[in-house]
Order: sequence, then C-alpha cells, then structure tokens
Amino acid sequence: MSSAAIDAAVPALAAPSAPGHRRLAHRPGLPLRRLALRAGALGLGLLGWHLAASHRLDLGLVTFRNVPAPLDVARALSALVQSPKLGAHIGASLGRVLGGFLVALAAGVGLGLAIGRSRTARDLLLPPLEVLRPIPAVAWIPLAILMFPSSELSMVFITFTGALFPILLNTVHGAEGVSPRLVASARSLGARRWAILREVVIPSAAQSIVTGAAIGMGTAWFCLVTAEMISGQYGIGYFTWEAYTLQNYDDIVVGMLLIGLLGMGSSALVRAAGRLAMPWTRAGIRS
Amino acid sequence: MSTLATSAARAGRIELADVAIRLGQGEAAFDVVESVRLAIPARQFVCLLGPSGCGKSTLLGALAGHLAPSRGRVSLDGETVAGPDPERGIVFQQHTLLPWKRVIENVAFGPKMRGLPKAERLARARAFLALVGLEDFAERYPDELSGGMQQRVEIARVLINEPRVLLMDEPFGALDAQTRLMMQEMLLDLWTRLPTTVLFVTHDIDEALFLGDRVLVMSSRPGRILEDIPLGFPRPRGRDLVTDPAFIDLKRRCLGLLRPRDGKPPLPRLSPLGLPGAGAGAA
Ligand SMILES: Nc1ncnc2c1ncn2[C@@H]1O[C@H](COP(=O)(O)OP(=O)(O)OP(=O)(O)O)[C@@H](O)[C@H]1O
Ligand SMILES: [Mg+2]
Repeated sequence: MSSAAIDAAVPALAAPSAPGHRRLAHRPGLPLRRLALRAGALGLGLLGWHLAASHRLDLGLVTFRNVPAPLDVARALSALVQSPKLGAHIGASLGRVLGGFLVALAAGVGLGLAIGRSRTARDLLLPPLEVLRPIPAVAWIPLAILMFPSSELSMVFITFTGALFPILLNTVHGAEGVSPRLVASARSLGARRWAILREVVIPSAAQSIVTGAAIGMGTAWFCLVTAEMISGQYGIGYFTWEAYTLQNYDDIVVGMLLIGLLGMGSSALVRAAGRLAMPWTRAGIRS
Repeated sequence: MSTLATSAARAGRIELADVAIRLGQGEAAFDVVESVRLAIPARQFVCLLGPSGCGKSTLLGALAGHLAPSRGRVSLDGETVAGPDPERGIVFQQHTLLPWKRVIENVAFGPKMRGLPKAERLARARAFLALVGLEDFAERYPDELSGGMQQRVEIARVLINEPRVLLMDEPFGALDAQTRLMMQEMLLDLWTRLPTTVLFVTHDIDEALFLGDRVLVMSSRPGRILEDIPLGFPRPRGRDLVTDPAFIDLKRRCLGLLRPRDGKPPLPRLSPLGLPGAGAGAA
C-alpha cells in the first residue's frame, strides 16, 4: 500500500501553516500604569466623599449633611470587625444568597435551555415569566412570608427572584445563538437529541450562562437588604436596615460597603469558576 | 493502514430518482432543483460543478439527510435516505469542529456517539489524525489551527465513521492555492485507501477535472444536470495532468457550460443549511 503521496504531502502541509497557528497566549497582567490609574480613581472618590461629608456640602437637591465621613465609617467598620457578630451576619447572608443563587442557577439554566431550543417550551413558559419579571423583590415580601413556613426560606426565595431572570435570559440568548451548522454536522456524525444538547448546545451557550450567573450573583446580593427586612436577627442586609431604623448612620454605610464588596467578590468567583470550566475560552483563542 | 479499511467490500451506491427540492415557506417557496436523475456507482469520485445558486449545496443537503426532497427519492444502496447518518459524512467549506473540544476529541466524536469506550475511541482518533498528518496537534483546540489543518481534522472526523459516502461542499474553497493543491492530493490518497463514494462540489474546474472519475455540470436554478462527463485520466494522477491537451479540451467544454446566460442577474448566496450568514431555526 503506497502512501508516498501522503507522506510527501503531510510534512509539506504542516510546514507552511505552522507559523500561522496561534499558540496559547498567556493572559497578560495589567500594566503598572493602569493599576495606578485604578487605585488613583478609588482614592479620588474617597477624597471627594471625605470633603463633601466633612464640609457638610449642601447642593440643594442633594445634601451630605447626614452622610458620615469615611473616617467615621472606618471606625464603625473596625468596631464591627472586632465584634463577634460580624461572622454571624456574614454567615447568615452568605447562606441565603448562596441558597437563592443555586436554585436560580438550576432553574434558570434548565428553563432557559428549554425556551431557547423548543418553540413549545417558549410558548408555554415565556408569557408567565415575562409577567413575573418586572416585579421587584420588595413586592414579593408579603407573599414570600405567606408562602413559606420559615422566614429563612422566604429570604432565600427573595434572593432567588433576584438571581433568576439574569440567568434565565442569558441562557435563552445563548441557547438561541447556537450555530445551526454545528448542530447539522453533529447530527451527521451520529448525535441524537440529548447528545446535541450535551455536546453542542450547552457548551456553546456556556459563555452566556456564566455571564448570566455572574450578573445573577450580583442581583442576589442586590436583593439581600430587601430579603433581610424579614429577618429578626442576623445578616448584613438586616444589619444595614436596622442601622437605618436606629439612625446609626455610620453603620448604614458599613453595611452598604460590605454588601458591595461581597457581591463583587462572589461575582468574580463565579467568573473564575466559569473560566475553569471552559478551558477553550482561555488564552488568545478567537471564538 | 489495513486496520482502518475494515470493510473494503461495503457498497456506497447513490441513486437520485426524479428528485425535486423546494426551499422557502408558503408563497415564497420555490424549486431549487428539479427532476434530478442520477446514479453513482459505489466508490466513484464524482465532482459537481454549477453556477452559484444552482442548488449544489441543496442537493448535498438532501443526500446528507438534512433536507427532504419534495418529490422523488434519494437512496443509498437501495435504502431511502431519511435523515442524517454517519454513513453519509459531510464536510463544508467552513469547518464545523466543536471549539470546546480538543482536536483529538473532535475526531473521536463519531465513535463516542456510537458508544465506543474512551480509550478505544481515542486510540482510533489518533490513528485517523495520523492519517491526515496531524498527530502532533491532537491536544490543540480547533481555533489554534490554520484553515488547512482545520479542514484536515474535519476530514479525519468524518472518515473515522467509515462512511459509505463522503459529501464535500467546496471543502477547499476557503484555502490558499498552495494548501488547496496539497489537500487535493491528500484527499485522493485517502480515497484510494478508504472505500468510499465521494460527491465533491467545487467552483474550480481544474479541481473537478483533477480529482474526479466523472464531472457533473448543473444548470442555473432550478438546477438540473446538464452534462455528465466521464474522465478517463489514469490514476495516480500527477500535477502535469493539467497541461494535458485532453484535460484542456475538457476544461474548455466545462467553461462553456458554466458561462452565465446573459440577462440573468446572479442569485443571492443564501444557504439551505444555515451556513455562514443564514440564521436558520433551532434543531
Ligand atoms: N434558506 C433558504 N431560503 C430560501 N432560499 C434559499 C435558502 N437557502 C438557499 N436558498 C436559495 O436556493 C438556491 C440554491 O442554493 P444552494 O446553496 O444550494 O446553491 P449552490 O449551488 O450551493 O450555490 P453556491 O455555489 O453559491 O454555493 C439559491 O438560489 C439560494 O438563493
Ligand atoms: Mg453551495
């Protein structure tokens, strides 16, 4: 069996195209200049806040008269950090956000794939979901209290409502965008319905799903104060709300900052998990 | 490579009996091809030429089982084609490798769908990658390869299923001239080793005459087969074939057949299978 032609062709083929292929490029770290710029922007924001609060700036429409200064907030923060309550507050909030987020992830991805790939599922599911979508978390509070036996569960439910729609809508978008050519060729290679879903639809929607999950994680934290209005004792949102009712202005800002930081951190974790799960999107690969 | 050609005796006879294919919805539906009658014996290498928009991709889509004919019958070895099947592999101009799978996993996709255990299917995929000269690129992702390499992976991924028919829709159309010539030689070499019928669509007359046992020339839409030209050039074929007077005569004949009839504007380049640009519906 003569393979002369192929043996001759193969190295010749490999050689000219080798320089053209893209190696895995390492994601470069941010250059120093840009890091400095970012730190500078944060510092400038703090400075502005400090000046406005310490001079009790009054712009007519908005006033800083009752806004605590950064140093007061820092003092309040360090007091909270030293108190044993901080762990309990964060632990309680983390549990609620995580619970709501995970249920929303399962429901959002499941429903989103169905809606994105099946016209019947779309007709059945999309209208009721579109009606529910604009309802703000705070409007769910009374029903949540009535529907769930424990206040803990109703709080998880409120964070769930916040996380669900970003995840759902991004999953629908990802599932609709699957290239029909990829589906056709996978079918020609022997893939059936479920294999198409597993091997083609889910991976090609994965990028959108991760984006939705990162946004959903953020909105779950966003709903936390609302959710923990129900709470009697613990939670960062509860802490913030209680500080407001007790006119403890320093603690309000401490609570706000903690929620912001925790929300940002957990969204970043979701993105990092997404990158781990999608090795093909790492590096300088065009999609 | 005797392990790869396990069933040398398998057939691969294609028949199209009075086939018509309609595309489009309701009022806007039209016949893309009409009354195509065609028989291709097993293991023949047939090239399909025709003006843009005449329905070549549509015809291939029907053979692959992605489009159903509105009239007539498409069959392989006497069995009516009723849907996509790994027995009828298809390769497009733009690769359809799964970007999230490494090259080796892409090639092993067919065997995975058949339920072959992992170790076995990877070993088999490695052998087919070697066949197209890419064993060193097994662990890459498709987007890290050049266009010619991607098409070679695509070919390996289809051939691993030992298809009775290999359908190719301008597979080398997006490659540079040099890579294209090498790919043609590689394909011919593979074809002599693996028993499969090939239906190869191209716009390049030289390519069709160099590769085929037979060239079919289609008319503009609605597509019909205008001419059926047997090519008697002996194999293996060398590059000097293209300067052979008989080759040049045939080339002139094909050029004449493909010359656009005056007054007819060129047709839009839509695509029946949702190829690039077309936003066809969900699966
Ligand atoms: N989804 C579609 N809806 C309506 N018309 C379509 C669709 N896809 C293709 N067509 C039309 O059908 C005809 C045949 O298309 P086809 O892609 O089979 O032609 P082709 O011979 O492969 O052309 P080319 O040489 O440009 O690839 C064309 O005129 C095209 O405009
Ligand atoms: Mg075409």
